[in-house]
Amino acid sequence: MSSILVQVIVGGLLLGAVYALFSSGLTLIWGMMNIVNFAHGDFVMLGMYVAFVVWTLFGVGPLVGAPVAALVLATLGIIVYFGLIRGVMKGPMLAQILGTFGLALLLRYSVFWGFGANFMTLPENLVGGTFEVLGIRIQASRLLAGVVALLVTLGLHLLLTRTSLGSKMLAVAEDSTAAQLMGIRPDSMQAIAWAIAAAATGIAGALIATFFYIAPTVGETLGIVAFVTVSLGGFGSVPGALVAGLLIGVIESVSAYWIGGVYKDIVVYSLFLCFLWFRPQGLMGKT
Amino acid sequence: MKFRHILGLLCAASISVALAGAALAQDKTVKIGAIYPLSGNAASAGVHGKAAIETAIEIINNAHPELGNLPLAKNAGLAGLGGAKVEAIFADNQGSPAVGQNQALRLITEEKVVALNGAYQSGITLTTSAISEKYGIPFVNGESVAASLTERGFKWFFRVTPVASDFAKIYLDFLKDMKASGQKVDNIALVHENTEYGTSVAGVITSMFKDNGLSIAQDIAYSANTTDVQSQVLQLKDKKPDVVIMISYTSDAILYAKTMQALDYKPPMMIADNAGFSDPSLIKTVGKLVQGIFNRSSFSIGPPGSPTFLINEIYKKRSGDDLDDTAARQMQGFFVLCDAIDRAGSTAPDKIQAALKATDLKPDQLIMGYRGVKFDDKGQNILASGLVIQLQDGENYVPVWPKERAKTAPMLPYKGW
Repeated sequence: MSSILVQVIVGGLLLGAVYALFSSGLTLIWGMMNIVNFAHGDFVMLGMYVAFVVWTLFGVGPLVGAPVAALVLATLGIIVYFGLIRGVMKGPMLAQILGTFGLALLLRYSVFWGFGANFMTLPENLVGGTFEVLGIRIQASRLLAGVVALLVTLGLHLLLTRTSLGSKMLAVAEDSTAAQLMGIRPDSMQAIAWAIAAAATGIAGALIATFFYIAPTVGETLGIVAFVTVSLGGFGSVPGALVAGLLIGVIESVSAYWIGGVYKDIVVYSLFLCFLWFRPQGLMGKT
Repeated sequence: MKFRHILGLLCAASISVALAGAALAQDKTVKIGAIYPLSGNAASAGVHGKAAIETAIEIINNAHPELGNLPLAKNAGLAGLGGAKVEAIFADNQGSPAVGQNQALRLITEEKVVALNGAYQSGITLTTSAISEKYGIPFVNGESVAASLTERGFKWFFRVTPVASDFAKIYLDFLKDMKASGQKVDNIALVHENTEYGTSVAGVITSMFKDNGLSIAQDIAYSANTTDVQSQVLQLKDKKPDVVIMISYTSDAILYAKTMQALDYKPPMMIADNAGFSDPSLIKTVGKLVQGIFNRSSFSIGPPGSPTFLINEIYKKRSGDDLDDTAARQMQGFFVLCDAIDRAGSTAPDKIQAALKATDLKPDQLIMGYRGVKFDDKGQNILASGLVIQLQDGENYVPVWPKERAKTAPMLPYKGW
């Protein structure tokens, strides 16, 4: 294998880890309450802006930016749950879709209004620049995002399968009336789920900001990838999103390199549709 | 006595009629529709375009005798319409050809604009101008360069900017000159986004280069709203072209600049086709990563005190940035349209159309470095021209070619970061 091809695959894996990172929040919300959050991409965008503001005000990188973004987004997640989701969940499916879609536009245009349309970036060497291993160039910022993606996925998975909080959350997801009879308050469990999902998304945004451009519309670009990742991985499956993210990243990179950048989406989406034909629940989703 | 009373009344009446008439002319506004990407991925360019149009309106509606021979600057309002003020009705195309088309329809049928201006992306100018053509409303474009726009036999579409073929010619002559001075330019790669703009400019460059003995060795198309360009940069790294020509919008241009640095790829020579690489927000964010990139331009701010310098001061107050080539071309387009309305002395579409056809502006009446403005039968300005500029320090573009208009010599090889 030529060294360039290895570089393509490594780049794809790192890209895929990032896809996984910003998809985990979306899949968690779906798994918990069967709601598709169309504002998800814009949550990522907010995380990016939080990282940018933290850097502008205090001159520090994502080590501070990511926790702050997690905190800000978690708060936003709780507000969104009590202010919007709890209400629209009682309504028809369409109300849920339009509700979160409206939220997406509100967030996007608030940022437009507050920060303007200009593109912004964080300085190139905020996270250690680029290093070379056996002739393969690896961007420290992307590697950090990849490692954090693994940690976040692992953390969320353990939380759901190994802790009593996780069991309670899953119980609410399974049957909220029965859970209520067992003394679990569905409202607080679902609010916590929103807080955790939004926090993970905030971390993702803060890390992506270190190597991507920051603009009010960036959520649009990233949001679509998150939906594909989540449905390929299986709605509600956190490890599924990780595997799916890595898979999409590598397929995109290799097909863009071999066939051409314009065609990579055709390759990814046709493979995606074929796969769903045989396994509609996704890689690790439950039927 | 009686006669004097009547005379007095008549005088009073005539004075009030005259006053009312003057007041009417004062109150009259000429509404022009301006369609720009105020949201979406190209919003940065659209917002700067809006500031450029607002600057033009400020100059037209107020007296600016300091701006030399620039038409409409000397007195307040449009003299040809009794000092009428110009008002722009802005509409957001959201970066979508379909939305742009709806906005054009709305501006014409509901806002009753007398003419249209816009729409930045060639693909959207294509659809919006089709609506104005259908309704018989003049459309003046200042910045879209896809050749096809003026090849449709339209009667109401006028374009002030140089087009893809003019630029391809500039690049060709520039590269030939560089070759003569010992630079290797045999192996050329084209990297372009895949909407109307990127595809058509790439097509024109390819055929013109081929006719002149320079071949395009590598053609890399990609979609402008992509999340990643590593593979494209690696394709370049693999083939090692002597010259890379980039045809990109802003978000993708930023990604390329960052990715090239991350993957440590520098071609010996890199040329950008305006658009993304001219966006002030690109220079602010990644300008230091693309030092030495060449670009095309028809605008330069000029020495202190010159009309372009003064206009830039007004623009800067509004937008916070210096006037870049794209925004300046948008402003020039708007001036040409308003000049035609002024000369038409009417807001009737056919009168404006006739005035546009008769346009003959000289270089000293322009803010751009064109040889003038004069439209051919297709509505294309035949006197548009440009020059090659270079981002030598990562902060400001300077003219480097042709020699007679250069401020400094071209810096080679490409420095990057």
